[in-house]
Amino acid sequence: MKIAICVKQVPDSWAEKKMVGGRLDRESVDAVLNDLDEYAIEEALRIIEPLNEGKETPEHTITLISMGPDRTTEAIRKGLSMGADSGLLVSDAALAGSDAVATAKVLSKVIQDGGFDLVFCGTESTDARMSVIPAMLAESLGWAQLTFAGSVKVDASAKSVEIARMTESGVENMSANFPCVVSVIEKINEPRYPSFKGIMAAKKKQIDTKALADIGIAAGDVGLSGAWSEVLEANPRPAREKGVKLEDAGDGGTKLADYLLEKRLV
Amino acid sequence: MANVLFLIDHDGSKVAKTAGELATFAKRVGSPVGVIIANSGSGDALASQLGGTEVERVVVVENDDVAKHGIAAAVSVLAQVAAEQEPSAVLVASSARGKEIAGRLALRTGGGVITDAVDLKADLSTTQSVFGGSFTVNAKVKVGTPVITIRPSSNEAGAGSGPASVEKFAVTIEAKDKTVTITNSQPPVKGGRPDLTEAKIVISGGRGTNGNFVEVEAMADLLGAAVGASRAATDAGWYPHTHQVGQTGKTVSPQLYIACGISGAIQHRAGMQTSKTIVAINKDPEAPIFDLADFGVVGDLFAVLPQARETIKSKRA
Ligand SMILES: Cc1cc2nc3c(=O)[nH]c(=O)nc-3n(C[C@H](O)[C@H](O)[C@H](O)COP(=O)(O)OP(=O)(O)OC[C@H]3O[C@@H](n4cnc5c(N)ncnc54)[C@H](O)[C@@H]3O)c2cc1C
Ligand SMILES: Nc1ncnc2c1ncn2[C@@H]1O[C@H](COP(=O)(O)O)[C@@H](O)[C@H]1O
Repeated sequence: MKIAICVKQVPDSWAEKKMVGGRLDRESVDAVLNDLDEYAIEEALRIIEPLNEGKETPEHTITLISMGPDRTTEAIRKGLSMGADSGLLVSDAALAGSDAVATAKVLSKVIQDGGFDLVFCGTESTDARMSVIPAMLAESLGWAQLTFAGSVKVDASAKSVEIARMTESGVENMSANFPCVVSVIEKINEPRYPSFKGIMAAKKKQIDTKALADIGIAAGDVGLSGAWSEVLEANPRPAREKGVKLEDAGDGGTKLADYLLEKRLV
Repeated sequence: MANVLFLIDHDGSKVAKTAGELATFAKRVGSPVGVIIANSGSGDALASQLGGTEVERVVVVENDDVAKHGIAAAVSVLAQVAAEQEPSAVLVASSARGKEIAGRLALRTGGGVITDAVDLKADLSTTQSVFGGSFTVNAKVKVGTPVITIRPSSNEAGAGSGPASVEKFAVTIEAKDKTVTITNSQPPVKGGRPDLTEAKIVISGGRGTNGNFVEVEAMADLLGAAVGASRAATDAGWYPHTHQVGQTGKTVSPQLYIACGISGAIQHRAGMQTSKTIVAINKDPEAPIFDLADFGVVGDLFAVLPQARETIKSKRA
C-alpha cells in the first residue's frame, strides 16, 4: 500500500500576519507544519506500522507531498521525523499566488504520477482555511472522497476504507474501495512528538524537489497568472476598541447585566 | 437577467434558514433560482416551505443517489442543473459539506471558487474575513462561473412572495460519482435552542465550567441564545463536538458573544473574533480573551452568571 499525505507549511498561528498586495507575506513569519496535517500523518502511521511489523523492507510506505517554497522542506522534515518514509516537494517561482484550483491541479498531478492507493490530508490549512483541497483532489483524480473522518479503518487486502464522517451535519458512516482521498479531523488521535531517533533518521530520508517543468504543468496554468480567482484588496481589520474590564467585587453580574441592557444587546 | 443558482440546504424535512439568505444575495446579482436536492417524493414538501422568501424559482431534483453516495453525487446534480440553467454564479451556504461541494463543482464546471464570503456585491465580488478575522479581503473569480460559499447569517433574508414556480428536473448520476457508499447517517442531536451559526447571541463555556454547563444554559435560555463550547469542553465530553466554536469547530459572528471560563486561545478566537460585541467572564485577569472583550468581568462564572441573569429578569419585568 502506498500512501501519500498532503502536508502544507503555514505561518505559525500565533504570528502577526502581514499582507502585501493581497497576498500573505510568508517571508515575514515563522513557518510550521500545518498542525492539522499532523493528525493525518499520525493516522497513516498507525495504519501501516502494524502491517509493516517484522518486515525487512516495509511493504507499506508513506510519502509526504507538498507544494510551497523551498523552505517547505523543513515542514516535510518534521513529518519524516514522525515516521513518514520520504518527501516530495513541488516548488517553483511560478507557483506563487496559486489559488485552490491551481493547488489541486499540482497536487493531483504528482499523486497521479506516483501510483498511490490512498491520499491522506488534514481537514484544513490553518492559513487558507478553505477546507476544499481534499474534496478537490478527489474530484480531479476521480477518486472516492472520504473526508472529515473521525475514525478510519483500512483493509489493505480488500483494498477498502471505512470512515465515520463527523461534521456539523452529524455523523455518517461511509466506505469505498481504493483509491481514496481521506481527510481526518483533529479528534481522531493525538499526534506523536518526533523521537530523537526519528529526528536522526529523518535527516537521511529523501526529499525530492520538483519544478513545474518536471511534473509537466505549464507555468501559465498556475500561480497568480493562472489563478481562477483573485484578491482585489486586503485590509487589516480595524483593531477592536479597548473594552472595559472590571474586577468582580460582588456586583460583577449586575454590572454585566446593566451593560447588556444599556447597549440593548439583550 | 442571468440566473443565479443557489443550493437549498435541508435535513430531509425542514429547509435551512440559509435558503432565504442565499436568495437575497442571489437577487442582488441576478435572478435567483434555488435548487433542492431531495429523496424521491420529498421535494414538494420542502419547496412549499419557501413561501415568503425571495426565491423566485425552484428546481427540484429528486434523486435517491445523493443520500446514498454523498458529495460527488450532489456535485453531479448541481453540474447538470447548471448546464441547463447557465447561471452567472452558483451560491452555496458555508459548511463542511457546502465548501466541499463548491470546490468540486468549480473544478467540474471550470470556474473559480471562493469560500466563506460574508458579503456579495452586484459585480460578483465578495468580502471575506481571513486569518481568524484579522484581515478583510475583497476577492473575485476571474475564470468561468464563480462558485461562492457564503457564511450563514451574513445577511438578513429579504421578504418576498416566493417561490413563484417549482419545476422538477431529472438527472442521472454516473458510476464515477457513486464510488462512496453511505451506510448509516445520524443527524446532530438538536436541543430546543437556536443553531449556533444562526443565533444572534451565543454563550459559550470552556474548561472553567468544569463540566457544569447549567449556568451557561440557563443564561442561554433567558436570552434565546445558542450554546457554544471551547475545544477543552468538547474534548472532555462536557458538550457535543457539534457545539465547538473555533478553528476546527464553527465560526460564529453573532451580535453578542459571551465567553465563560474560556482563556481565548488563538484557535478559539478564530471562530468568534468577528462577533459584534464580545463579553468575557474569567477568573484570570491575564486571560487573553480580555484583549478582545468589549466588556470583561474578572470573576467566577458561577457567581457572575446567576447574578446577571437575576438582574436582567428583574429589570425586564
Ligand atoms: C489543531 C488544533 C485545533 C484547535 N481547535 C480549537 C477550536 O476549534 N476551538 C477551541 O476552542 N479550541 C481549539 N483548540 C484548542 C485551543 O488551543 C485551546 O486549548 C482551547 O481553546 C482551550 O479551551 P478553554 O479556553 O476552555 O480552556 P483553558 O485554556 O484551560 O481556559 C480555561 C479558562 O477558564 C478560566 N476559569 C477557570 N475556572 C473559572 C471559573 N469558575 N470562572 C471563570 N473562569 C474560570 C481560567 O482562568 C482559564 O482562563 C485547538 C487546538 C489545536 C492544536
Ligand atoms: N500547498 C499544499 N501542499 C500540500 N498539501 C496541501 C496544500 N494546501 C492544502 N493542502 C492539504 O489540504 C488540506 C486542506 O487545506 P485547505 O483546503 O487549504 O484548507 C490541508 O490540511 C493539507 O492536507
